[in-house]
Amino acid sequence: MGLRKPRFDTAEANAGQGLFADQPAFTSFRSITLRGAVDIDGFRQAARRLMAEQIRPECVGWHSGDDTARDLFASANQDSAEALGEAGASGGRGESDAGQTPVLTVPAEFLQLCQTVILHSDAGRFGLLYRLLWRLRHEPALRHDPLDADRVQARHMAQAVQRDVHKMKAFVRFRTVQDEAFKTRPAGGPMHVAWFEPEHHIVQAIAPFFAKRFTQMRWAVLTPECSVEWNGATLRFGPGAAKADAPPADAGEHLWLTYYRSTFNPARLKLKAMQKEMPRRYWKNLPEAELISGLAAGACERSAAMIDQPPTLPRRRIPAPRLKAVPSDAARSAG
Amino acid sequence: MSIHHQLASKLAILADAAKYDASCASSGTSQRDSVGGKGIGSTEGSGICHSYAPDGRCISLLKILLTNFCRYDCLYCVNRVSSNVPRARFRVDEVVQLTLDFYRRNCIEGLFLSSGIIQSPDYTMELLVEVARSLREDHDFRGYIHLKTIPDASPDLLARAGLHADRLSINVELPTVEGLQALAPEKDGVAIRRSMAQLRIGIDDAKAAAGDARRSQIVSLPRSLVVRRATPPRFAPGGQSTQMIVGADATDDRTILQASASLYSAYRLRRVYYSAFSPIPDASARLPLRRPPLLREHRLYQADWLMRFYGFAHDEIVPGAGGMLALAMDPKLAWALGHREQFPVDLNSAARELLLRVPGLGIKAVTRILQSRRGRKLRAADLLRLHVPLKRVLPFVLLADHHPGASLDAPGLASRLAPAPAQAGLFDVSDAAASSSSLGLPAPTGLTGAAASARRSTAPELSWA
Repeated sequence: MGLRKPRFDTAEANAGQGLFADQPAFTSFRSITLRGAVDIDGFRQAARRLMAEQIRPECVGWHSGDDTARDLFASANQDSAEALGEAGASGGRGESDAGQTPVLTVPAEFLQLCQTVILHSDAGRFGLLYRLLWRLRHEPALRHDPLDADRVQARHMAQAVQRDVHKMKAFVRFRTVQDEAFKTRPAGGPMHVAWFEPEHHIVQAIAPFFAKRFTQMRWAVLTPECSVEWNGATLRFGPGAAKADAPPADAGEHLWLTYYRSTFNPARLKLKAMQKEMPRRYWKNLPEAELISGLAAGACERSAAMIDQPPTLPRRRIPAPRLKAVPSDAARSAG
Repeated sequence: MSIHHQLASKLAILADAAKYDASCASSGTSQRDSVGGKGIGSTEGSGICHSYAPDGRCISLLKILLTNFCRYDCLYCVNRVSSNVPRARFRVDEVVQLTLDFYRRNCIEGLFLSSGIIQSPDYTMELLVEVARSLREDHDFRGYIHLKTIPDASPDLLARAGLHADRLSINVELPTVEGLQALAPEKDGVAIRRSMAQLRIGIDDAKAAAGDARRSQIVSLPRSLVVRRATPPRFAPGGQSTQMIVGADATDDRTILQASASLYSAYRLRRVYYSAFSPIPDASARLPLRRPPLLREHRLYQADWLMRFYGFAHDEIVPGAGGMLALAMDPKLAWALGHREQFPVDLNSAARELLLRVPGLGIKAVTRILQSRRGRKLRAADLLRLHVPLKRVLPFVLLADHHPGASLDAPGLASRLAPAPAQAGLFDVSDAAASSSSLGLPAPTGLTGAAASARRSTAPELSWA
């Protein structure tokens, strides 16, 4: 099989473009450069072409151009249905393809897996997925073997991405903004801005979650790789930001800190259990994390005090409402 | 004192007073979001834990009391009338605003509201319901709401609570009615169970009505353009749960599990929470001042899991005499060691029920084993890829290239698999956490519904000890 000129799918402005490196020594070696870190459409098209040409996985080099991530935000393409193709999908898409590319049937599960794994930060993700695709085609038993090494690896990568998504849903903290730069547009209430550092390329995938949750709120999430803003109607993606671009604590945040301090039970200090679910690397962006060391240090003392304290004599009367006489912090921490 | 300051002081008191309730689940309710609404909020199948306190517990909901004034004198409770803790009371709108504010910050999934009993059960319940109503109707809040139900509140109030809340719960407090009588003389164990029965009927009815509405064919008549069926009224789509305190009286583990089993089956609870009695400020003289080991609570959660997901009956989990679960090893391993005649289990042929009894194999691992073995014989290397604890699993299983031989019957097996933990001092708390992680188990606090369901969907299978 000779080196063939790549066909660009002109109908698809955002599609990945296979760029074959000039490597005469390995005539069948292909180098694919995708447009951006999470170019799932480009990956699917390239993979479909490579399969049609029967290029073995070890003869393909994948380049995601993670550094071109910013270009990506021109296209918030979440199209998920076709390319690698459930049967028939290729027919409707880019007629030029339909003639040559045989219908490639893969389990629906595999498509989902691709969509998740592709968000992973590991540069080897495309190679792994293409290898799995190749093997699914040539080793019929593979789809019944969840313990196959490649499948296990892909599953672990998918899980890492899902965990990152889950933690981002949990640990993003919005602050209302006083700064003029953020006091935007006429409509709507205050702007809510958060700074977060995800491990994988998940911002695009997660943005709809926040849009559906905070539909009537104007908000923005800034991350090093990109940022996303919701104006109440549409999501807008933009370039990455720095932590300094995010606002400092606002006036109301101390209530949340008060709650965190008070809901902690010093009689059952379990820092390891906490860190298992809220690893240290998230702490720098969680306002409440600054309290942890102090609370932990004071815990033994506080719970020892509870035990040493002699029991008080029971009273059988409801104390008169003393709403004004709120205890000072000192009184509380002694209790 | 500024308004902000005053609110913070109340919050400190009323969050402190509410923290002895273990439940923090925000999972299992209907899915919804705020698209097309006037407010904020969404729920998914699995809950989200937005933070973790240094006690290892997840913070998913704003968990507070409306007030910690209380008429009752339940000895185990920090808010009993005879306790000298500082008291406070929120206004309804203060709770509503706090909930919305924390939610906007993405600090919580919603509200878990409980209260001391003031004036009368109905009066108190009415206030709780009003908070939920205001959140839902005045602010179109679509996040999670868990209301603690006051036993003896009127059926009408329960119905209104179910309309707005995702989950309702009534604490049985102590595993036995007699225990409750001794420590909480004003509480009526029978009435608590009666209210739980009422909630179950409400939940079942709403479910059935929703099912009917889905199934029934809509026949449009000539000239009618849109045929719309009224949505059946909702009632606590997240179900009900309860909590019992462990270690405040002498009830043994067998009795506790028996009580749980009957609660699960009689009232179809989503969860029973176990809360190790912990020292409280201003404790009553009639209570043990020392707490039970936190590990006991952990073992009870593990046993609870065995009943609900692993096909164990409540009466086969606690071994022989004594009535207590072993602290040194988890109940599944203890059962396997006590029933060695059932092993080794052949992973290439045994039925699912038997695979679930193998120490170290979790539900997902079992599912993968069943899938994989259709195509080929499983070998020891496959267990490695399953990420299960080999040391624990191998003595109990047969594989194409593995036979445990005499190791299964070796007398030292128990001590090899579960080395006696160093005697934990009273404050040597990290010990409990450490031993739970070495078992490959979720930490006890990780077992709250939200965390557990979150894990089910995202994390690799947690191998069951």
